[in-house]
Amino acid sequence: MIAELGQFLLVLAFGVAVLQGTVPLVAAMRRHAGGMALAGSAAVLQFLLVAGAFACLVHAYVTSDFSVANVYHNSHSLKPMLYKITGVWGNHEGSLVLWALMLTLFGAAVALFGGALPASFRARALAVQGLIGSGFLAFMLFTSNPFARLDPAPLEGQGLNPLLQDPGLAFHPPFLYLGYVGVSIAFSFAVAALLEGRVEPSWARWVRPWTLAAWSSLTVGITGGSWWAYYELGWGGFWFWDPVENASLMPWLATTALLHSAIVVEKRDTLKSWTILLAILAFSLSLLGTFLVRSGVLTSVHAFANDPARGLFVLCFLAAVSGGALTLFAWRAPRLAPGGLFAPVSREAGLVLNNLLLATLTATVLLGTLYPLGLDAVTGDKISVGPPFFNATVLPLAGILVLALGIGPLLPWKRGDLAGVLARLKFVAVAAALALLVGLWLAGTGPLLSLIAFAAALFMAGGVLSELAQRARLGSLGPAAAWARLRALPRGAWGMTFAHLGLAVTIVGIAAATGFGEERLLQMKPGDRVSLAGYQLTLEGTSRVAGPNYVADRARFLVPGLPAMEPELRRYDAPPMETNEAAIANRPLGDLYVVVGAAAGGTVAVRAYWKPLALWIWGGGLMMALGGLISLSDRRLRIGAPLRRAALPPATVQS
Amino acid sequence: MTRTRFLFAALPLVIGLALTVLFYLQLGRDPAILPSALLGKPAPHLALPGLAAGQPGLSDADLRQGRPVLVNVFASWCGACIVEHPLLSELVKDPAVILYGLAWRDRPEATAAFLAEHGNPYRAVGSDPDNRAGIDWGVYGAPETYVIGGDGTILFKWVGALTPAVIADEILPRLKPGAAS
Repeated sequence: MIAELGQFLLVLAFGVAVLQGTVPLVAAMRRHAGGMALAGSAAVLQFLLVAGAFACLVHAYVTSDFSVANVYHNSHSLKPMLYKITGVWGNHEGSLVLWALMLTLFGAAVALFGGALPASFRARALAVQGLIGSGFLAFMLFTSNPFARLDPAPLEGQGLNPLLQDPGLAFHPPFLYLGYVGVSIAFSFAVAALLEGRVEPSWARWVRPWTLAAWSSLTVGITGGSWWAYYELGWGGFWFWDPVENASLMPWLATTALLHSAIVVEKRDTLKSWTILLAILAFSLSLLGTFLVRSGVLTSVHAFANDPARGLFVLCFLAAVSGGALTLFAWRAPRLAPGGLFAPVSREAGLVLNNLLLATLTATVLLGTLYPLGLDAVTGDKISVGPPFFNATVLPLAGILVLALGIGPLLPWKRGDLAGVLARLKFVAVAAALALLVGLWLAGTGPLLSLIAFAAALFMAGGVLSELAQRARLGSLGPAAAWARLRALPRGAWGMTFAHLGLAVTIVGIAAATGFGEERLLQMKPGDRVSLAGYQLTLEGTSRVAGPNYVADRARFLVPGLPAMEPELRRYDAPPMETNEAAIANRPLGDLYVVVGAAAGGTVAVRAYWKPLALWIWGGGLMMALGGLISLSDRRLRIGAPLRRAALPPATVQS
Repeated sequence: MTRTRFLFAALPLVIGLALTVLFYLQLGRDPAILPSALLGKPAPHLALPGLAAGQPGLSDADLRQGRPVLVNVFASWCGACIVEHPLLSELVKDPAVILYGLAWRDRPEATAAFLAEHGNPYRAVGSDPDNRAGIDWGVYGAPETYVIGGDGTILFKWVGALTPAVIADEILPRLKPGAAS
């Protein structure tokens, strides 16, 4: 009964979404107030309906209702309750319901908190949001019904996939979805602005909080996914340039670019077409990720079950959404009023450089991800593009970006003085160069690339901190007054500082873990000892242990000064698969990371890694996300103060 | 000037359409199917010893008996081979199936222990611990399964664990050309 209710609610939501996607568009064209107001109520109603359907699906999982095919395939009565619930979105159909839930949540939030938006703009944005929602709901109803029943109902479910029973895997996808879906707001606002035919600085202010929220979620999701891959897949790596990882990285890069170019629109009323295009591209890339994961076009460890019918639907949807928006862009963008000009050395120019680099990075990742596909289509050759390509292309671009990031925030708007800025950064530059030389001297013929990355990160962090010192006038006012100024800085400034420092932290972590890591691969007998980065690991012995649904070869390593490390090789019965449980000891200077192979003839294959500063990689990611949230809490965004100021002619501003 | 503006504004649309066409073309294909450069060509030379002294190995003569045979590349360290194993044991109950094993990059003792534990469906196993035959054959990973024609020609290659569908649709029709269903 409950499942049928859920299905019914989805059908209703689809109906509401179609209304929301059509009526307000016509009403906005004819300036019909009632029709435009419909958008808001429809958005809230659509959210309530989808939330009800989601609750029905959760109910089916919690009660282990195996007459629902989706629950039968993906759950099991013996699963812990936490994983029963997270199992709701661990599969294709359920993840779509979660996606729709977040999409409608964002739509309802625009309806409820977007009171300050002009009526026609709000109606148009919500209508676009409704069209996206109707596409997703149709996808669900026509190709991937989460509530399909089985008759007769099986007694027990099949879904005990051990890899999925893990907190890291259970919680990173919702953040990714929140991020992908949040970008849809920027998309809807961009399309609404194109329909309205004008983009003003206030547009950038409206888009900014939604983009920041989406960007922060995406950052948390990518960081969480990378952390999960590190400790669960047992390869000691944290980023594999897997198509699905790239699918999450591309929208992130595009959204990062969008955040920065929107600043230029807001402050200087220029770069408007480009910013609109970025908003369209960021969401298109999010949809592209969905398409790649669900269509079976690319192979990946993350892919859901392949189904060409679904792939065709997502492709048509992608073509309609992106194609429609890009057509509108091609038609309307050339008519947008051009913006103000700026000098080649200025804050604007710095942000343009940022955008050029981020857009090139996005295009590079896109090319690397899709090149095998194109080659297969043209010549039939099968190749895979892996880390060598991405490292050779992405690293130099990222290097320039990092150096520019150290300088850019110090440049003033309109016209800057590069020599002056560089003079202010000379101590930072000298410190970074000295650090590089000392590093070269200490490491000898060590990993040059990592040393350069350290120096670049140091330079960038120095630039970010000097910018903060400059804002506080630390040099001229003295510490006490500077501290008072710092505390009075807008949260947006703190958010930027935090996010930029987070990037430096991540770079240091990546450079240290990849350049200065140590690795031992050996066969060990009980009593054997291996030394790694100053730690002595002694294999005490191996044992066979039985888990709830697996048998494991467990090795026990004693390390002086640390708790015993017990990596396992687990063999599951249903479905039959092997997983490595790495033993990881987090130390202040890095991680000890041990995985074992099968024990045979008294010996066991051991891979032991030393990953210096590995935690910095994800720590920096969390700092970036936190920076986004700090920025989001800025009073200007919360109360929309500049909005009112912009709406009134300057002469009548009252504060 | 305005003309260039229009051209630039239309550029993203053109790229988007091109990508859509590309995706559409790729949609029905299974990216897991890897082609082999050796398809339709004679199987490369094989002269592999058995797992222990006195046990039969694998040689060119085994693959040129005038009737199609299967060669399965496996190893004791390979998890997917364990998954595939019951299917092979089931498959060789069919008298039309002749299955040879190629123990790839595996110590002979380890292979023998693996077969003792899981059962031995192979008529003979050639041991290739240092990947010499593997390189000639273009082995991509274990497991892999080849269908070799009676004259020693490679008729089919499957990369990865076999599935009942692959056996029914690809393997058996090639082994029993007359009895294709």
